[in-house]
Amino acid sequence: MRYLPLTPADRQNMLAKIGVKSIEALFTDVPEAARLDAPVDLPPHQSELAVERALTKLAAENTAASSVPFFVGAGAYKHHVPATVDHLIQRSEFLTSYTPYQPEISQGTLQTLFEFQTQVALMTGMDVANASMYDGSTACAEAVLMAARVTRRKKAVLAGSLHPHYAATTRTTAKYLDIQLVSSAPDLDGLSGLADLIDDETACVVIQTPDVFGRLHDLTDIAEKAHQHGALVISVFTEPVSLGLVKSPGDMGADITVGEGQGIGVGLNFGGPYVGLFACKNDRNFIRNMPGRLAGETVDADGRRGYVLTLSTREQHIRREKATSNICTNSGLCALAFTIHMTLLGEKGLTRLAQLNHETACDLADRLSGVPGVDLLTDTFFNEFALRLPKPAAGVLDALVEKGVLGGIAASRLYPGELDDVLIVAATETNTDGDLAAFETALREVLS
Amino acid sequence: MSMNTQGRPTRMDHDVDPGAYEDTLSGSRGLEQAEPLLFERGSLDVSGVDLPEPRGGKNRLGGMKRERPIGLPGLAEPEAMRHYVRLSRKNYAIDLGLYPLGSCTMKHNPRLNEKMARLPGFADIHPLQPEQTVQGAYKLIEELARWLMVLTGTPAVAMSPKAGAHGEFCGMMAIRAALDARGETGRRRVLVPESAHGTNPATAVQCGFFTDEIPADATGRVDMEAFKAKLGDDVAGIMLTNPNTCGLFERDIREIADLIHEAGGYFYCDGANFNAIMGRVRPGDLGIDAMHINLHKTFSTPHGGGGPGSGPTVFSDALAPYAPLPFVVQTKDGVSLKMAENPGDVAGSDAKPFGRLTAFHGQMGMFTRALTYMMSHGSDGLKQASGDAVLNANYILASLKDVMTPAFEGACMHEALFDDRFLKDTGVTTLDFAKAMIDEGYHPMTMYFPLVVHGAMLIEPTETESKSGLDRFCDVLRGLAERAKAGEADRFKAAPVHAPMRRLDETRAARSPVLRWLPSEDRPE
Repeated sequence: MRYLPLTPADRQNMLAKIGVKSIEALFTDVPEAARLDAPVDLPPHQSELAVERALTKLAAENTAASSVPFFVGAGAYKHHVPATVDHLIQRSEFLTSYTPYQPEISQGTLQTLFEFQTQVALMTGMDVANASMYDGSTACAEAVLMAARVTRRKKAVLAGSLHPHYAATTRTTAKYLDIQLVSSAPDLDGLSGLADLIDDETACVVIQTPDVFGRLHDLTDIAEKAHQHGALVISVFTEPVSLGLVKSPGDMGADITVGEGQGIGVGLNFGGPYVGLFACKNDRNFIRNMPGRLAGETVDADGRRGYVLTLSTREQHIRREKATSNICTNSGLCALAFTIHMTLLGEKGLTRLAQLNHETACDLADRLSGVPGVDLLTDTFFNEFALRLPKPAAGVLDALVEKGVLGGIAASRLYPGELDDVLIVAATETNTDGDLAAFETALREVLS
Repeated sequence: MSMNTQGRPTRMDHDVDPGAYEDTLSGSRGLEQAEPLLFERGSLDVSGVDLPEPRGGKNRLGGMKRERPIGLPGLAEPEAMRHYVRLSRKNYAIDLGLYPLGSCTMKHNPRLNEKMARLPGFADIHPLQPEQTVQGAYKLIEELARWLMVLTGTPAVAMSPKAGAHGEFCGMMAIRAALDARGETGRRRVLVPESAHGTNPATAVQCGFFTDEIPADATGRVDMEAFKAKLGDDVAGIMLTNPNTCGLFERDIREIADLIHEAGGYFYCDGANFNAIMGRVRPGDLGIDAMHINLHKTFSTPHGGGGPGSGPTVFSDALAPYAPLPFVVQTKDGVSLKMAENPGDVAGSDAKPFGRLTAFHGQMGMFTRALTYMMSHGSDGLKQASGDAVLNANYILASLKDVMTPAFEGACMHEALFDDRFLKDTGVTTLDFAKAMIDEGYHPMTMYFPLVVHGAMLIEPTETESKSGLDRFCDVLRGLAERAKAGEADRFKAAPVHAPMRRLDETRAARSPVLRWLPSEDRPE
């Protein structure tokens, strides 16, 4: 077996040193009835070539986003990632290192995490950020728990246009922690009814912008109302590229901002691994209640600047049952990919990338809303919008697949039993004019 | 003096002491480059990505356009490359040397895994693409699920947990859901051995339970009398790592399972140490009800400096109905994949999913890597791998037991646990010993964990180390132990001196936290 360096002679010598006759003799603590003599009923080992053949065949059964006009979003976005990013994250020193528990030999990871935290804080208009969560949905859930700890209140108000997977993840996470979650109805026009749900018992109000239908929201008014009641505002995003063009959550009064970082540096990967971004205001009570790892600056014995994991008295390995979260492994390598891509973009590149996304989406919205029977439901958006179709969207999508176009997501897939005729469509810098024309033509044919 | 034909000296010809000139003007030291922060290096006007000029004109932002600069510097591609390559060289890595962190299973990460995960058919597909366009992805998840269920001897597995602690949460939520379904509102106490990883008690509390610690006995295992005394009708279950964090197999595991079941509770097994037994023991045969598997430990997906991980969680028949969506079940007709977004799809079955753990379906990128690894090994190779992992750990234990102090008698499983008795009266602590290993070119072992052992040093070599590599490692540890005993405490206190940095001041970092870069004018005094 190519990954096992021990030779039969090595094994015999080592067993002799240990003083037992066989490897099996090292397993005598296992109840005899549970020891398996023969290998389990699975195929035997295979060569690299054989494994590669089998998996390549399986991969070929999937339609890669880059191979077709592709407009699927709703929480994960197709963007171009520079080749440099994937090269750098495969450096042995980044790829095959553990969580930086020994800072003297982990400065590479720690300094990049410090840079990541700073970039996330800057983009979101917040003061501090952590070293990443699993993804946007779990970051959202953890933000609600943090708001409950900070305010010592037990009620969270969710906007109905929060990505339903995020809302469901939050419901699961808060299920047994005595936190009451109330949600407004999914509203394609705005946030109606949401402000009325905020009262003096409310720990936080959770709003996604751009929301799951693509609509942008100005949080300023609702933040004012929330703050009057002593509640926190949690701003959620699923498309980090939007932060290059729209007002930052910090500028609109958010107290905690969480989101999915996948759109910068990380591929679609069928849903994971992604990288959760988590940022908040610089408030002692906030920081002590944050979940996850934090890299912080310090000095070494020679007085030279360096970085360590810090404030670990919040964390499970020190605080155990009193920890702010049970999170341990997070999404370090995806955070690194995010940071490298962001460093390559810089503010100039991020702004331009965001503008290209917005313009492409505007072009597509103009084309598709010109198709007879199709209405644009979201008048303000970044790179994603919702359309009302004259037929159920799920069937339209299937018909579009037949024409070689992946045309978005049926809202009913996210809201089962509702919004049957609503289609959510995303466009990014990866879509050419030809892609947009192909989509428009296919949709005309399908709907005619 | 030796000269080549141009008169260039080809050997050192002065009688000087190079050690006296270690300081440099640049702060770099030869191959080790000093590297400032991105924010001290980059510029707001620079981008390393060429993008077309936007046309301008169209705007549907509805007054939401950002008006202020963000302050994000950029670097041109060559500069970015150097920045991150230089930083990478300040990291230790498995590819560089033995990484013996106990309970972390830092084994070789095959690059075939990386190649397969990057096939566009896996890497470039969207989780919500129409299902007919991702059948190969479903099949891959189904196949990985089958391997995991066969290896663990269990009938169901939830694939969505994002890491080990998330898998623990998945398992404990299923237990909570099962108790609720039974109307057992009084069962909230979860028994957790004091040797447990910190995620166990943190997880139990997140599911609305409270924890009760079980002490270890003199052999490093669950104290059975104490355990029995804690059983009662308020017990929800037990969270037990097996092999445990002392590197020992819990001999009484069948009895523990029977007793917890008789008492009306469930058995959560922390599978962090599954590498010791894969292909040799099926946890399902030991009576467990739920167990997470760290694909980033046992099945070689890279740890990436702190993730991403992946923590699929297997279930017994008793808990399978409560598995979260999406999940995989084994039926008479084979393996079935419930990937539906629509909970209505489980109507009519006995499934009562406790909810959703995360957006989408889990860590596909890790699934591809893990299945690649498993297919490469096959059932025979996985069995050999766990055997070699246990053999390597026992070889270290046997090689060092005369100079270091094993915490417990007898053979270990895949990791060897020492305490700090051998350092008694030397003035050297476990931390000092660990830092001295850094100077010798090794990443230290897990230190001060498990908590049941004083000054613990937990060494897990994994199966991907050679005998000669282990011999060198043991020689170094032996030499360090001898130096400590010979009174060279100062050398240990000074360590590391050959790492990119000397010891860092963690107290200062925590006392006045600096968690981001700020421009000099915004920095507090």
